[in-house]
Amino acid sequence: MSTNPRQHKDAPLLEVNNLETAFSIDGTFYNAVDNVSFRVKPRQIVGIVGESGCGKSVMSLSVMKLLPKGIGQIRNGEIIFDGVHLEKMTDSEINKIRGKDIAMIFQEPMTSLNPVFSIGFQLQEVLFNHMKISKREARLKSIALLKSVGISRPEKIVDEYPHQLSGGMRQRVMIAIAIACQPKLLIADEPTTALDVTVQAQILELLKEIQEVNDMSVILITHDLGVVAEMCDEVIVMYAGKIAERTDVDSLFHNLKHPYTQLLMGAIPKMDEEVEKLSTIKGIVPSLKNMPKTGCKFAARCPKAMPECLTVTPRLAENEAGHEVACLLYETSQPKQEVNT
Amino acid sequence: MLQYTIRRLIGMIPIIFLISVVVFTLAKLMPGDALSGKIDPLNSDPEYIEEMREKMGLNDPIPVQYVRWMSGVVQGDFGDSFIHKRPVMELIGDRLPNTIILGLSALVITYLLAFLMGRYSGRFAYSIGDYLISAFNYLALAIPSFVAALVAIYVFAINLGWVPASGSIGSGVEAGTLEYYLSKAKHTVLPAIVLGAMATAAYTQFLRNDMIESSRKDYVRTARAKGTKESAIYNKHILRNSIIPIVTLLGFDIANLFGGAIITETIFTYPGIGYLFVESVHARDYSVMMAITMMLTILTLIGNLVADLLYGLVDPRIRLS
Ligand SMILES: Nc1ncnc2c1ncn2[C@@H]1O[C@H](COP(=O)(O)OP(=O)(O)OP(=O)(O)O)[C@@H](O)[C@H]1O
Ligand code: SF4
Ligand SMILES: [Mg+2]
Repeated sequence: MSTNPRQHKDAPLLEVNNLETAFSIDGTFYNAVDNVSFRVKPRQIVGIVGESGCGKSVMSLSVMKLLPKGIGQIRNGEIIFDGVHLEKMTDSEINKIRGKDIAMIFQEPMTSLNPVFSIGFQLQEVLFNHMKISKREARLKSIALLKSVGISRPEKIVDEYPHQLSGGMRQRVMIAIAIACQPKLLIADEPTTALDVTVQAQILELLKEIQEVNDMSVILITHDLGVVAEMCDEVIVMYAGKIAERTDVDSLFHNLKHPYTQLLMGAIPKMDEEVEKLSTIKGIVPSLKNMPKTGCKFAARCPKAMPECLTVTPRLAENEAGHEVACLLYETSQPKQEVNT
Repeated sequence: MLQYTIRRLIGMIPIIFLISVVVFTLAKLMPGDALSGKIDPLNSDPEYIEEMREKMGLNDPIPVQYVRWMSGVVQGDFGDSFIHKRPVMELIGDRLPNTIILGLSALVITYLLAFLMGRYSGRFAYSIGDYLISAFNYLALAIPSFVAALVAIYVFAINLGWVPASGSIGSGVEAGTLEYYLSKAKHTVLPAIVLGAMATAAYTQFLRNDMIESSRKDYVRTARAKGTKESAIYNKHILRNSIIPIVTLLGFDIANLFGGAIITETIFTYPGIGYLFVESVHARDYSVMMAITMMLTILTLIGNLVADLLYGLVDPRIRLS
């Protein structure tokens, strides 16, 4: 496989257009994902980064239509996967896609598995959901899957229960469940955050390996820009439910444009510097209720903020080929009418 | 598991002995004795009373009396009932099947109703059906069981005449015939429903709330992400977790089977253990009272053991050792 996935010009596997996802708080809906558009091409690994609470999980749960019922809602926009609109699907329609064509692994391996069912049962369930397969075949396949995610003694583990496994092992089981039906897209929501540093590297290695073998696309959500650099083709930087910057991974490190991304980059400790230099961004992501209605949502924390940042909402637009940014420091982000005059 | 059970059973022996001392002492401390329950002390010759006391061993030191009683008990002999003039074990043997039939039917009704209603309410929380079930449950909790029993007797036995108001068997029915079993069932159905339905409220709400809580768990989201159907998510993933606390309560209910029947049996004059107990307290029939108290104690201990065993059975995280 010598072709660079970044140069693939195939039609996108996933296309998200103007997605708005809101949560109901005391009867009013507030957008947690606000007008987000992006694409994932076949075999691409797209990283999504941003501070806690900026809407990464909500965005990925929207794609899977796993938002908490009655509280979270897709209010607007399109989610087109492999040519079909997911946002219009009923539960039973999306159930044919979930686990089969799109799979997801979660942040919390300790609680993501059902404590009262064996590992084998939980693996075989996804097989039975999507394949015509006998019990014996399913068992053999689940043992093979456990083996493929690097679990030793899979014949034994298949009959054990989640509490008998370590966090890293559980996340491997979750990965085995996710890849069981060879999905086209894997969404990994901070798959290593809860794990030991040594285990983190192993799990990421495994994901990368599986992605290559299975030819999947991956959306990798993470806090860690180092992980992005190592794994991803493209990166989306989110802030307060919006995309601040979207670019290929090379320019992320050499030519980043958005002040928020610049600060995020400053927040990664460098190997040769001491830990105390780890500069975090002052303040926190505003809560849904306290989100500014107009202007740039980052204005309150932005060191480069200008007076107009409070009133004019920056537009996400291509500033250089393949590099989108939403910041008023760049001409391209001015509202359309002004750019045209 | 077998080893664990045996170890637990052996561990019960000292507790049972200790409790037997307490039961015996309390019985002795209560005013009156078997004799004063049987004869009228004012109209009897004091010499005769004294002679009887001597004969019955009531004048011996208490430890001696205890040892005499206990040596019978370990051989399964609780002495004779002074009122019924029959061995206590025989008397209990007569009444026990009635209580077991009533208690088990009530238990089945309780769990069946709780399972059906709780499962519905848990899955469709805050729906109209859920509110109706909650209303029924709060009513059942608020009304004392003796009131419910009296209302049930009035409506179903007296006004509608569907079932008899009291007893456990029709008169002149021969044991072993089909008619006998039908009569038994007819006598049991009303007290069983009252006893069973009144107890169901707590279990229903328990199951409902646990299901609502389980439905928010991460593993449910995982199941959805696998494309599992909504019905399977509730009937497998959520129910299997929420059933754990309910099943373990079953062990404790074994002991309640007898305790809870006391009021119901008395109101329905249903000749079971509970009714026998109330009778024996009134008549100061100590040997019967002590036998039933001991039985309840042992049953409670066994109920605890059953609860633990069930827990180990339904929850893979629990290792019994
Ligand atoms: N069930 C919910 N009810 C109400 N608000 C919610 C709910 N889930 C998320 N939110 C809100 O949506 C916003 C985005 O949350 P989200 O979980 O997507 O953040 P995140 O970027 O994944 O953060 P983290 O890195 O901590 O996982 C937050 O303001 C959060 O409070
Ligand atoms: S638009 Fe203004 S406030 Fe927002 S990031 Fe750019 S400079 Fe900062
Ligand atoms: Mg998250």
